[in-house]
Amino acid sequence: MVGNRNGRTRSRFRWRLAAALGAGLPAVPGVALADWDWNFQPPGSSISAQITHLHEIIFWICVVIFIGVFGTMFYALIKHRKSVGHQAVQFHENTTVEVVWTVIPLLILIFMAWPATKLILAMHDTSAPGMTVKVTGYQWKWGYDYVQEGFGFYSTLSTPYAEIRNRAAKDPHYLLEVDNPLVVPVDTKVRVLVTAADVLHSWYVPALGVQQEAIPGFVRDTWFEADKVGIYRGQCSKLCGKEHAFMPIVVEVKSKDDYAKWLAEQKQKAGAAAEDPNKVWSLNDLLAKGQQVFNGNCAACHQPNGTGNAAIGAPALVGDKVVLGPRQHQIDVVLNGQTNGVVMTGGAGGKMPSWKGLSDVDIASVISYTRNSWGNKAGENIVQPSEVKAERK
Amino acid sequence: MSAVSPGAKPYYFLPQPSHWPITGSLALLLMGTGAAFWFNRYAAGPWIVLAGFCFLLVMLFGWFGTVIGESEGRLYNKKVDLSFRWGMSWFIFSEVMFFAAFFGALFYVRNISTPDLGSALTGRELWPNYAAQWPTVGPYIKQQFSPMNAIGIPLLNTIILVSSGGTLTLAHHALKAGHRGALKFWLFVTIALGFTFLGLQAFEYHHAYTELNLKLSTGVYGSTFFMLTGFHGAHVTIGAIMLTVMLVRAFRGHFDAEHHFGFEAAAWYWHFVDVVWLLLFVLVYWL
Amino acid sequence: MSSITQPIGGHEHAHDDHAHHPTGIMRWVTTTNHKDIGTLYLWFSFTMFIVGGCMAFVIRAELFEPGLQIVTPEFFNEMTTLHGLIMIFGALMPGAVGFANWMIPMQIGAPDMAFARMNNWSFWLLPPAALMLLISLFVPGGAAGGGWTLYPPLTIEQGMGMDLTIFAIHIMGASSIMGSINIITTILNLRAPGMTLMKMPLFCWTWLITAYLLIAVMPVLAGAVTMLLTDRHFGTSFFNAAGGGDPILFQHVFWFFGHPEVYIIILPAFGIISEIIPTFSRKPLFGYASMVYAVAAIAILSFMVWAHHMFTTGLPTAGILFYMYATMLIAVPTGVKVFNWLATMWKGSISLEAPMMFALGFLFLFVIGGFTGLVLGIVPLDVALHDTYYVVAHFHYVMVAGTLFAFFGGVYYWLPKWTGHMYDESLAKWHFWLSFILFNVTFFPMHFLGLAGMPRRVPDYPQQFADWNMVSSIGAFGFGLSQLVFLYAVIKCIRGGKPAPAKPWDGATSLEWTLPSPAPYHSFETPPVVR
Ligand code: HEA
Ligand code: HEA
Ligand code: HEC
Ligand code: CUA
Ligand SMILES: [Cu+2]
Repeated sequence: MVGNRNGRTRSRFRWRLAAALGAGLPAVPGVALADWDWNFQPPGSSISAQITHLHEIIFWICVVIFIGVFGTMFYALIKHRKSVGHQAVQFHENTTVEVVWTVIPLLILIFMAWPATKLILAMHDTSAPGMTVKVTGYQWKWGYDYVQEGFGFYSTLSTPYAEIRNRAAKDPHYLLEVDNPLVVPVDTKVRVLVTAADVLHSWYVPALGVQQEAIPGFVRDTWFEADKVGIYRGQCSKLCGKEHAFMPIVVEVKSKDDYAKWLAEQKQKAGAAAEDPNKVWSLNDLLAKGQQVFNGNCAACHQPNGTGNAAIGAPALVGDKVVLGPRQHQIDVVLNGQTNGVVMTGGAGGKMPSWKGLSDVDIASVISYTRNSWGNKAGENIVQPSEVKAERK
Repeated sequence: MSAVSPGAKPYYFLPQPSHWPITGSLALLLMGTGAAFWFNRYAAGPWIVLAGFCFLLVMLFGWFGTVIGESEGRLYNKKVDLSFRWGMSWFIFSEVMFFAAFFGALFYVRNISTPDLGSALTGRELWPNYAAQWPTVGPYIKQQFSPMNAIGIPLLNTIILVSSGGTLTLAHHALKAGHRGALKFWLFVTIALGFTFLGLQAFEYHHAYTELNLKLSTGVYGSTFFMLTGFHGAHVTIGAIMLTVMLVRAFRGHFDAEHHFGFEAAAWYWHFVDVVWLLLFVLVYWL
Repeated sequence: MSSITQPIGGHEHAHDDHAHHPTGIMRWVTTTNHKDIGTLYLWFSFTMFIVGGCMAFVIRAELFEPGLQIVTPEFFNEMTTLHGLIMIFGALMPGAVGFANWMIPMQIGAPDMAFARMNNWSFWLLPPAALMLLISLFVPGGAAGGGWTLYPPLTIEQGMGMDLTIFAIHIMGASSIMGSINIITTILNLRAPGMTLMKMPLFCWTWLITAYLLIAVMPVLAGAVTMLLTDRHFGTSFFNAAGGGDPILFQHVFWFFGHPEVYIIILPAFGIISEIIPTFSRKPLFGYASMVYAVAAIAILSFMVWAHHMFTTGLPTAGILFYMYATMLIAVPTGVKVFNWLATMWKGSISLEAPMMFALGFLFLFVIGGFTGLVLGIVPLDVALHDTYYVVAHFHYVMVAGTLFAFFGGVYYWLPKWTGHMYDESLAKWHFWLSFILFNVTFFPMHFLGLAGMPRRVPDYPQQFADWNMVSSIGAFGFGLSQLVFLYAVIKCIRGGKPAPAKPWDGATSLEWTLPSPAPYHSFETPPVVR
């Protein structure tokens, strides 16, 4: 998926094919085969190149066995048919052949296991990394922390809703585009610490040869080393709820120089953005920021207009008792998550996830936003970041 | 398998059509659906469960009553007897596997997940203040509790349950020797020991909740402790009820020296419950 | 296998001594007869196949094109979950038990199952369980949407549909355990004199071993979902790291059940195939003893490979290597079976009636599915392919083209015995060819999708997967509709047709063919003597 192999419009062709199939033609040979991905994505790391190669070996061994087995079967079907007058020969045992066809497959398997074992050992060797990033799966986005550099950000799907709903033409990178990609330097061993905040997710970038389940409460590590500059795309591969198909992974591999530049920029931004938690915010600033946070994080469940989604039990926030109730309680709910009306203390969130990962300013602003939108006017009703800070333990 | 020996009884026993199974199915449908409603706070839930439970009782009385009737009517031959033996053995095996799931969970949380939560990777990144030791409430729940001590009620219960296995064997010998009085006496003692065990366990639970602050929700220690001992207690209850039924049957003059598989099945079950307890005592309370 | 059989005293037990049997619907509700119950099981299985198939229609319709068109993502997840659960627990397992009920007593020379009344309960537990699964679609929050594997914490978050699913699984588990106890006892205790274990038809052997697998793993599944239930409602922390538990614990317990489960699904199919191939090759099964040992070996190995479903969870390297080697090893006994079937055909006198066609289709496609299983068992490849459509392709090859095709073959093979009529051979051939071709149109492209990296359980996908998905959806609609041919052929055969002789297949040898067609109500009221 490196580059833009999917940039062409194919729907016309697809419909032709559909028509052909509908008319009963099982296969359309040779037509634009280049367009039909049917094998691994072009490898972007030496591990994934080795995976591709291992697959080739095993695939061809299987093909050879398959031809042997079914060649024999079809020979028997043709030659030993009743309709051609073949009489059954009543043998039913032969220890020698039975031993042979037990031992030979065993040897073939050993032959397959050998390179596989070597590759596994290489894939599990996370020692001596050039850098480390921590990846956290959330419903439904990824968080990336540059552990040594001390900054991090969220990475959310950027495909517009209209494209998903078929109201706008689809981008070539439909569902594989995010606001903030993970950026890493080329030719550097990147150790990835994978975890999750709510449910299982899985960090899967096929062309880099990594797939690691993200387990809430546990950290697992894996690594990759991209050997070409470019953009690598993958998706969350573990069912994580309704938006599972909509939390892609984009890894942007930059040359070492470009990466250094990017890093400097990020650090500068992070420094500038380190908001003073004790600053008192104005209602308008909170509302402006709160709307952004809400649409980015909460609207998936509570809907952009706060009407909720009964199918997953997310209540309407319009006229909601919590939103109209005491501030402190709402801070608790949003910080810790809630299930069936009970604030969760488990750390892993609940039906309503925990939003601990957001900054104090984000939480204060989103709560202020819910308290002052859609007719929820409960008077002097804004939450300051300092209150959120106090509520965290 | 020996030669054909039809004799007086038919070679095979074939039961008549029966409506007990469908009654049981209805019972479980009501209980399952009702429980789902109950756990999600619908007021009707408990009532539906109750209705299902009533059907279940009717079914159990009816079905076992029919079997007992057929058995006492001497409709069963050696083959049926052997079938029952196979059936009961494999049923108990399935129960063993049910407990195996929970013992497996105990093993896993003690030896794999708890150390992992304190490991260099997970512990350092997520739970820096967690000392991964057993017993544990886990790295996040902030709660103090004391684990259950093995010496005391658990040890007493072990003695009680093991001796109940012995008294049950005495009852069995009495039955085979035709001593009806001794049969009833030792069976009664066994049942009494069983209920004493249950009483003590109830007391122990009370103690855990009120004094040790040890609850079902006390992290994995509480989860495994109460699930394992709780399911065991449920099985003791069932076993004690089975034995009580056998006692009633003994009073009604059922069973003879040759012909008493009902009794034996209950006894097998009781010994199985016994063995599970010994494992519990060692793995849950002691180690 | 028994070659010469002779029932004592002929077949004059056609009389029905139970004149006071209930009639109408109550006959079926209260029946204690293995044939009635087998019939119920088979119809239930087919009904569930249609229900689960309609859910597959919804899935394939939504996946016809990129974008969200027809259903919401929540509902899509519910469809995937219920499709998996219903197909496995509602269609394939009961189907296999249906065959067992019909055939085991006849093949070992018994009149009925050992526990005829309990047999009725095993069946009648299934409709309530299925009902609960379907009711769950209509409760607040909808049905369970966490996949048939029910992984927490996602399933802890879900609504009351999940609780209904948990209880449905408990009930289906109870049904399976009782069914298995019944089958084991029947086989161990009710064989006719002279029918030693090593003379039993292979179908009985595969079921004996399957029943052991079931008794060993269904209670473990019950335990797993019970822990899920208490985590959901009673504050336990089995699968919650905050309390010291671990979501991965569920996966271990689930797959300790789940992997043997897939052999539970395939072994009875192996049994059916091992009956059909010798019959239509007019030659005894090659390597009977090694077939039995191979099944046993598969069953034993199946308890040692479960973590191959968890290769990407980050298990320790040593564990991963162990599970990889054990997984690969299963290819050996499975290969023995495949080679024995081939050797059975070799130098036979083969004819290609519908059962044989399905058996050959089974063989051809199952081996493809087995090979993709082997590929998935090799860890580096699984890292690239886990949770992609490659896995979906793998298991539909072994379960649909494997088990389901074997069932179709079995139905055509025994329909004459069950109904007393011959089925319509050309309809059956149509059914075979439509199924065979459209199956491949549906599921072969999924390999490509998986290799290219399309995750499973998604209602929408990037554009480069569009082409193959459309092909697959078209195939799926066709494959589903082809099953109407099957339905029609079966109904036609029940209602009439050429009368079937006692032994319509000249190559058949097992005991059931000594009974008249249709088989009498109580198969063998006095045991035949097997020499
Ligand atoms: C009928 C059911 C069935 C059967 C029989 C099998 C058979 C096998 N399966 Fe499959 N499997 C499933 C049903 C089944 N599976 C299901 C339902 C899932 C997905 C569950 C989910 O996640 O939802 C799954 C998933 C699954 C995975 C996990 C994939 C993933 O999630 O990442 C793996 C990995 O190892 C695997 C491996 C195997 C292997 C090695 C076999 C072997 O038994 C195959 C052996 C057969 C052969 C190899 C072919 C014949 C042999 C020869 C001709 C001999 C010569 C051959 C050689 C020497 C190579 N299966
Ligand atoms: C066990 C057996 C089994 C069977 C037989 C099938 C049969 C089919 N399955 Fe599947 N499937 C599973 C077991 C099975 N499946 C499992 C375990 C999963 C994993 C679930 C999970 O991820 O949790 C799965 C998942 C699964 C997926 C992936 C879903 C996802 O990841 O989101 C897909 C996608 O295409 C699919 C498709 C199909 C199709 C097209 C059929 C077809 O073969 C079905 C054809 C049959 C019919 C269609 C019924 C007959 C129809 C009629 C008689 C017509 C009358 C009706 C109308 C006209 C409306 N199945
Ligand atoms: C994964 C879906 C999801 C997301 C995303 C989400 N919520 Fe919720 N929210 C829920 C659910 C489900 C509940 C109901 C929980 C319960 O009590 O069972 C809930 C409950 C609440 C409540 C309490 C309402 C009540 O009456 O109990 C508030 C307040 C709230 N959410 C605010 C937010 C805010 C603010 C955000 C974003 C920062 C957010 N939610 C994001 C699902 C979500
Ligand atoms: Cu996150 Cu799927
Ligand atoms: Cu498996």
